[in-house]
Amino acid sequence: MPAYLKLDRLDKSFTRGTTTTEVLSGINLIIDEGEFVSIIGHSGCGKSTLLNLIAGLTQVTSGVVLLEDKEVNAPGPDRAVVFQNHSLLPWLTVYENVNLAVAKVFASTKTKAERHDWVMRNLDLVQMAHAADKRPSEISGGMKQRVGIARALAMEPKVLLLDEPFGALDALTRAHLQDAVMDIHARLANTMIMITHDVDEAVLLSDRIVMMTNGPAARIGEVLDVPLARPRKRIELASDRTYLKCREAVLKFLYERHRFVEAAE
Amino acid sequence: MSAKSASTVTAFPVKSSAPAAPVVAAPVVAAPVVALEIKPVRRFKLDAAVAATARNILPPLVVICCLLAVWQVAFSEPGASLPPPSVVWTESRDLIVNPFYDFGSADIGLGWRVLTSLERVAYGFGLAAIAGVIVGAIIGQSVWAMRGLDPLFQVLRTVPPLAWLPLSLAAFRDANPSAIFVIFITSIWPIIINTAVGVRNIPQDYRNVAQVLRLNPLEFFFKIMVPSAAPYIFTGLRIGVGLSWLAIVAAEMLTGGVGIGFFIWDAWNSSRLSDIIVALAYIGITGFILDKLVAAIGRIVTRGTSAA
Ligand SMILES: Nc1ncnc2c1ncn2[C@@H]1O[C@H](COP(=O)(O)OP(=O)(O)O)[C@@H](O)[C@H]1O
Ligand SMILES: [Mg+2]
Repeated sequence: MPAYLKLDRLDKSFTRGTTTTEVLSGINLIIDEGEFVSIIGHSGCGKSTLLNLIAGLTQVTSGVVLLEDKEVNAPGPDRAVVFQNHSLLPWLTVYENVNLAVAKVFASTKTKAERHDWVMRNLDLVQMAHAADKRPSEISGGMKQRVGIARALAMEPKVLLLDEPFGALDALTRAHLQDAVMDIHARLANTMIMITHDVDEAVLLSDRIVMMTNGPAARIGEVLDVPLARPRKRIELASDRTYLKCREAVLKFLYERHRFVEAAE
Repeated sequence: MSAKSASTVTAFPVKSSAPAAPVVAAPVVAAPVVALEIKPVRRFKLDAAVAATARNILPPLVVICCLLAVWQVAFSEPGASLPPPSVVWTESRDLIVNPFYDFGSADIGLGWRVLTSLERVAYGFGLAAIAGVIVGAIIGQSVWAMRGLDPLFQVLRTVPPLAWLPLSLAAFRDANPSAIFVIFITSIWPIIINTAVGVRNIPQDYRNVAQVLRLNPLEFFFKIMVPSAAPYIFTGLRIGVGLSWLAIVAAEMLTGGVGIGFFIWDAWNSSRLSDIIVALAYIGITGFILDKLVAAIGRIVTRGTSAA
């Protein structure tokens, strides 16, 4: 069976003027359908760059991204992105924001009524149907992020890419949203790749955790399996031995072997 | 307004209010959405409205009265070079009290004349708005177009309206299209420049959203570019409409016809100074209203964008 999503010897460097910085080097990864994978690493190591390569928003320098054996080289709704700062369009209501995606992706395959139902269904999924007519400026940060997730889900993507989706939220809101994402993953069984810098978040949500070394020329340092049964409950896990072991492994990777050194250049 | 506002053309418009600014860490602990209670005492609000109106209207009214009084005193003695307010009132009463009288071909109220001028402005400025936004959008998309064309625009926008008139007359050989062209060419620069700056400042996030959705260029223009750059576009439009009004009066002085500009020229040639003073008031007030109108439309249209 061919891999669902395959990153094959990815290199990425940015050239600015005469200086070229190598950000990612030799990234190999195979992700199965329905898998939840987290990417964790210190700030600036190239996590967002990697996600943008998968999204097609950035072009690879060498190597190839294959989704169902087809090369990815441009952005598209089959790889929907939930951006860190929600990036809802402020002049559209919540409904219109989701509908923008639905109207575009299902222009020929759904009738108007079906599209409306589909928008509302996705807003329901993130419990935001009640705020359909509000503008982004009228709802809280957590709510915006929910709408961002609804917009991405509404595209029925093959892979959902989340770039530190909860980074800007307070701990309580973040916990709510983590539960929401777990719930959605359980119900829809879609493939998700999430960037995070939160160790607990990574262990709680993921099937596998991809740990990246520090840049420049960051690599995948280690991939950790999280053999925890689903559904997972954060309170029960707090004292679970497997959970604690995974957590320790990630912490050791991040803070012992690949400690973040403030750039001394 | 023009001198002051025009200088902001190059600088980033103040109104941008950074639609890019990400909302960072609003402390949101399950914020319940509660409708704001409507204050039961409505009369209180009414009083406040009256007070606010008084605050805004009274001071200028007082200033105007004072100025009129000074003017009256200064130009009252016989042989004064300008007519005092009382003389203006007696000599140009019909012009002041009835803007829309019509006593035959050449003798019509100033309201009609202003409307004729406004019609030309509507054509010239309307064309400039459409062309300016489209050209600005294209230029804003390309760093090199911006670098190449910006200096040219900066030079062209300083050319005074009247300087375009001879060329325009030579090209169109007719007064009316020439006047419209002068308005067009005068008001288009700030619209282009501001639109381009607005398009350049579209947050990368919005572009990413458009890319993931695979919006085509036309969809991108209408769904992302125009709304996102709207605050900048309206800054340009507001400057542009002011310049249009400056241009029309000047152009009409030379091209003749029914407009308010020609009226002033005509009045000067027949030494009707009072009429000129009344016409100036009409022009000023119309310009003021045009400016406020564009600003108000801008506020309504950009409500969503600037509240980001
Ligand atoms: N468009 C770009 N041009 C040049 N350098 C970039 C660009 N995008 C990212 N980088 C560099 O790549 C490195 C990794 O960035 P990023 O992927 O955003 O890190 P992370 O998301 O892990 O914090 C950083 O050093 C950053 O300066
Ligand atoms: Mg990042």
